[in-house]
Amino acid sequence: MILVIAEQKNGTLNRASWETIAIAQQMAGGQPVKVAIPGGAVGPVAQELAAAKVAEVVRIEHEALEPYTPDGFTLALSAVIGQLAPQYVLLPHTYQTRDFVPKLAARMGRALVTDCTAFRPEGGALAFARPMFQGKLVAQVVPEGDAPHFVTFQIGAARADAVVKGDAPAAVTTVPVTVARAAIRQQPEAPFQEAKQAVDLSQAERIVAVGRGIKSQENLELARKVAAAFGAELAASRPICDAGWLPMERQIGSSGQTVAPKLYVALGISGAIQHLVGMKGSRTIVAINKDAEAPIFEVADYGIAGDLFEIAPALIAELGK
Amino acid sequence: MKIAVCIKQVPTREWQPRLNDTKTWIRDQDASYEMNEPDAYALEEGLRLKEKHGGEVVVCSAGPARAAQVLREALARGADRAIHVEDEQIGAADAFVVTEALAAAMREEQFDLVLTGLQSDDQGFAQTGVILAERLGMPHATIIMEVQAADGRLRVKRELEGGWFQWIAMSLPAVLTIQSGINQLRYATLKGIMAAKKKEIRKVAAPAGLSARQRILKLDFPEKGKKTQMIAGGPEEAARELVRRLREEARAL
Ligand SMILES: Cc1cc2nc3c(=O)[nH]c(=O)nc-3n(C[C@H](O)[C@H](O)[C@H](O)COP(=O)(O)OP(=O)(O)OC[C@H]3O[C@@H](n4cnc5c(N)ncnc54)[C@H](O)[C@@H]3O)c2cc1C
Ligand SMILES: Nc1ncnc2c1ncn2[C@@H]1O[C@H](COP(=O)(O)O)[C@@H](O)[C@H]1O
Repeated sequence: MILVIAEQKNGTLNRASWETIAIAQQMAGGQPVKVAIPGGAVGPVAQELAAAKVAEVVRIEHEALEPYTPDGFTLALSAVIGQLAPQYVLLPHTYQTRDFVPKLAARMGRALVTDCTAFRPEGGALAFARPMFQGKLVAQVVPEGDAPHFVTFQIGAARADAVVKGDAPAAVTTVPVTVARAAIRQQPEAPFQEAKQAVDLSQAERIVAVGRGIKSQENLELARKVAAAFGAELAASRPICDAGWLPMERQIGSSGQTVAPKLYVALGISGAIQHLVGMKGSRTIVAINKDAEAPIFEVADYGIAGDLFEIAPALIAELGK
Repeated sequence: MKIAVCIKQVPTREWQPRLNDTKTWIRDQDASYEMNEPDAYALEEGLRLKEKHGGEVVVCSAGPARAAQVLREALARGADRAIHVEDEQIGAADAFVVTEALAAAMREEQFDLVLTGLQSDDQGFAQTGVILAERLGMPHATIIMEVQAADGRLRVKRELEGGWFQWIAMSLPAVLTIQSGINQLRYATLKGIMAAKKKEIRKVAAPAGLSARQRILKLDFPEKGKKTQMIAGGPEEAARELVRRLREEARAL
């Protein structure tokens, strides 16, 4: 059996859960797929999940699971997974997954392969593809030791709409769990956003984004000029904002803004997955990078492999004509 | 406060990977190495907490002999001493093994606070800090962007997706995984580099018989996206051709 652990917040399902269910269905090859949904009150979300063609949706409900804490989830899920005895436990590689699954896998003494993009049969078992070395290499990894094996999948590894729906809703059951509040050591407060953002990059038609290839804060002036020449907003990868060279509100990626402009020009950005998830929906993507192997070229429509300090001035001149 | 900071030595960002003969690992000897980026932020946060609350900062790394270089660098930036779990194989080990080795060396130290980076730039497991917390029996919080400590308790700001945050409180001892950008880094001064020469790096062996929970069958270069049109030529020529295509083909201008 393959068990997917879906994620919800305040009764709203995280879309990446559907992606993981799609992968589980593709992996199953005749084995049943079950979906577990942990939380405080998960009835409506469980019904939503029951639309998928799966053997069962399992509610893991307890008042101590709301709000989410890694201690609470580890206690509840280690008990339920022990009972259900799946072969694989699959999850989307969200921030919440990163926060508790290593603990859960370690508590159970089981393998955890993270951030996978694909699976394939390998001598009777399954091997999972995961990026390593900042996406410069892809590893084929096999989990070792006793089942269950925990595997997390990168956001976007499958399409949410690839989930096979059932003819009738799947059975929804509840597995009782006991979680002692006193055993939970983290006290979370309510999520919040920082002060209202002054720029809304999601509305920009064109964006010129600059990465660490720009080298220094002084050189940002060059990027500004490129942006002006394109009639574009200036944005950046995370390290530029980390260094304080541009405000956080101009950061594109999983921890920043998600944008889909008509034109996205990436200057000296390597194309880490956390950056790509924020911009790969752009209509036309241009990448300028001196490393012809940089992962950014995998999502670009047009690429120039070269030194941005030579290409940017030429572009400004050309656009000015 | 007795603070541990876990630091991994990883290949530099500019490094172009080359594979070993069996294509199961990189050619270690070809790479140049540096401190894993989020670990530098974890170290800085540790040093700031020490400046505020007193105590000591102990940097810990599991790695081959060459990993001593990042420990020296951390000592030069202001860490007080170092623990090096020295093992030639551990650079390629999984988080299960690395945390066993680190925990064995760290347990007796009774740290109040353990800081790690949120992810390594080479293997990128995003597991080590959290598993270490489990092995040390401490509570944890991940992807931390601010740390407040007072009266044996912590209040930390955890990054969530898409620009959201959340404060989490817990008592010490605890483990935090630190996100890049939490602070502004300091660099080693000449005085720091001189002082580091006198600081202790305690070497310990990794426990025998640790068993991995995952194995790399093979490493590959990523498959090339077929759709990218690469534009060749000198800067002027390439710029002209790009602008033409953006105007005429993509209609993006
Ligand atoms: C939980 C988490 C969340 C994250 N969130 C985000 C996020 O929201 N947004 C984000 O961007 N990142 C995010 N990151 C960080 C991400 O993993 C990468 O580290 C980051 O995107 C790298 O930024 P970069 O491409 O600018 O730098 P690098 O990876 O250092 O790349 C610099 C590039 O510039 C090129 N270059 C250098 N010199 C030149 C030159 N002269 N001309 C042309 N090219 C040149 C190099 O070849 C290289 O490809 C996150 C990471 C984690 C773990
Ligand atoms: N071999 C190691 N020695 C010391 N710290 C490590 C080691 N491996 C990982 N870490 C720490 O754990 C964090 C997460 O690494 P990882 O789980 O590999 O993504 C890193 O940022 C380091 O702080």
